[in-house]
Amino acid sequence: MKPSKNMSLTFIIGIMLLIIMFCIAMAFGAAETSIRDVWQALFTNKSSDQINILQEIRFPREVAAMVVGAALAVSGAIMQGITRNPLADPGLLGLTSGANAALAITIALLPGVGYLGITIACFIGAAVGAIMVFGIGAMKKGGFSPLRIVLAGAAVSAFLYAIADGVGIYFKISKNVSMWTAGGIIGTTWNQLAIIIPFIAIGSVVALLFSRQLTILSLNEEVAVGLGQKTIQVKTILFIVVILLAGAAVALVGNMAFVGLMVPHMVRAIVGTDYRFIIPMSMIVGAILMLFADTVGRTINIPWETPVAAIIAVMGLPFFLIIVRKGGTFR
Amino acid sequence: MVRLYTDDLSIGYGERTIIKELSVQIPDQKITTIIGSNGCGKSTLLKAITRVIPYQSGAVVLDGKIVAKENTKLLAKKMAILPQAPENASGLTVGELVSYGRFPYQTGFGRLSTKDYEVIDWALKVTGTSEFKYLPVDSLSGGQRQRVWIAMALAQETEIIFLDEPTTYLDMAHQLEVLELLQKLNREEKRTIVMVLHDLNQAARFADYIIALKSGNVVKAGTCEEVITKQVLRDVFQIDAEIGIDPRTKKPMCTTYNLLRGE
Repeated sequence: MKPSKNMSLTFIIGIMLLIIMFCIAMAFGAAETSIRDVWQALFTNKSSDQINILQEIRFPREVAAMVVGAALAVSGAIMQGITRNPLADPGLLGLTSGANAALAITIALLPGVGYLGITIACFIGAAVGAIMVFGIGAMKKGGFSPLRIVLAGAAVSAFLYAIADGVGIYFKISKNVSMWTAGGIIGTTWNQLAIIIPFIAIGSVVALLFSRQLTILSLNEEVAVGLGQKTIQVKTILFIVVILLAGAAVALVGNMAFVGLMVPHMVRAIVGTDYRFIIPMSMIVGAILMLFADTVGRTINIPWETPVAAIIAVMGLPFFLIIVRKGGTFR
Repeated sequence: MVRLYTDDLSIGYGERTIIKELSVQIPDQKITTIIGSNGCGKSTLLKAITRVIPYQSGAVVLDGKIVAKENTKLLAKKMAILPQAPENASGLTVGELVSYGRFPYQTGFGRLSTKDYEVIDWALKVTGTSEFKYLPVDSLSGGQRQRVWIAMALAQETEIIFLDEPTTYLDMAHQLEVLELLQKLNREEKRTIVMVLHDLNQAARFADYIIALKSGNVVKAGTCEEVITKQVLRDVFQIDAEIGIDPRTKKPMCTTYNLLRGE
């Protein structure tokens, strides 16, 4: 009922863990840097090789990790809430692959479009992918069963990845496309972040404003109507938020499944089922998870990088199986 | 006095018409039950009246205004809905779930006021669920859980409460418990109760007014004595029923029945 003192404490601990994880992520990597360098890079104007590496390469990269982790986690949480499907995740339900295909098509047809254009293409692609999956899921009556939606997601994703690959091969740009999609957060620049972050910020704020509506919607749609919610309006706004968050994440890092699936489940175990707490906590935990995965990716096999998507997938797959085993529902 | 009625209401999904030009009145401050065989449109009618699903033509009128055009939050202060077998509110405590009944009265982030807390406590007390306030909803039995959902509807402080088969999945004792609670709310709090029920004898025992539907049409609407008759049950359920009088409640009841064959 009332946000308790315990809840405030939980959030304080979460934020502290995020800061600690950020410092760890900044300090460790292929180039040897110290905590002292990190401090100087963040808070002083001093200049050295280490500091430059931190400021121009590692710092934007870790910011990207946090932003993407938060965006994917929140979009997953919203999707799970709207669909009441515990397996909902932008990577599993066609949003990522849709954005991917749109990205490939854009690079092929409008090579000079620039980063903002690509980002917008990703939004459109994510929307198309999601609509295809839910359209197929809704074709049969009572079609929104969790597993059927996931199957539709797998089929649509395979189709959309095939389109992305096909476009890549036909236009001889597959190297370019895969640089985008498999590159993870390597080589993120401040310029890219400046374009992406506003979208994610807007999406996150709207998600927070609608978190209470989402809780009621997640209970039962009829109950939501009965309580006086404009459900169609709320669902449309939240759908746009999901598209913004997932599309922006793809524009920045390419494919990244499982973050949106895992984080909300972890978060529910900590803060319960009220989305007023789930949404902000998902941001924190999503950011921590991505920082962790990226740090592992950079340090596990120095000087080579292990793709962060692979690290997340290694953690995510068992998680997916556990949820399916629990019956694929919230019950 | 009738505050709520439907006027030539037609409801359908796609091409299929479920209910055609149906006009019923819901008597104020009474218990009304809707009965009928499976697929006759009982739940559909309830959902259309409560704006959960749209209708094709006609109108649902509450206090002289067309429901579909009214502000939905305003309506939520006038009528509450308890859907059929609502999903488990996994992870929520009883108090939290009931507090959502205050949603129509809140703005923005929804901090609960002193008044809200009073209403929540009252709703828990009336439904006999105060002792569960801090327990997870999941940990309760079916009957207790149904009472908690009713408490949430009560916290909405509406004059009209709609329930879609509130006794589904409950054993006999718990069915009676829920129905007696609704009767108490009607008698003591003057709430108008509208519900879909499967069990004829329960409908007869608790309802002041019964609407019997068949294939989307009203076969008969009236008091128990008018509706629970051999002829109406024959038309509605295709059964040959014996009607007796419940020795305890003095209401009509179906004592035994056979299927009608070859008609």
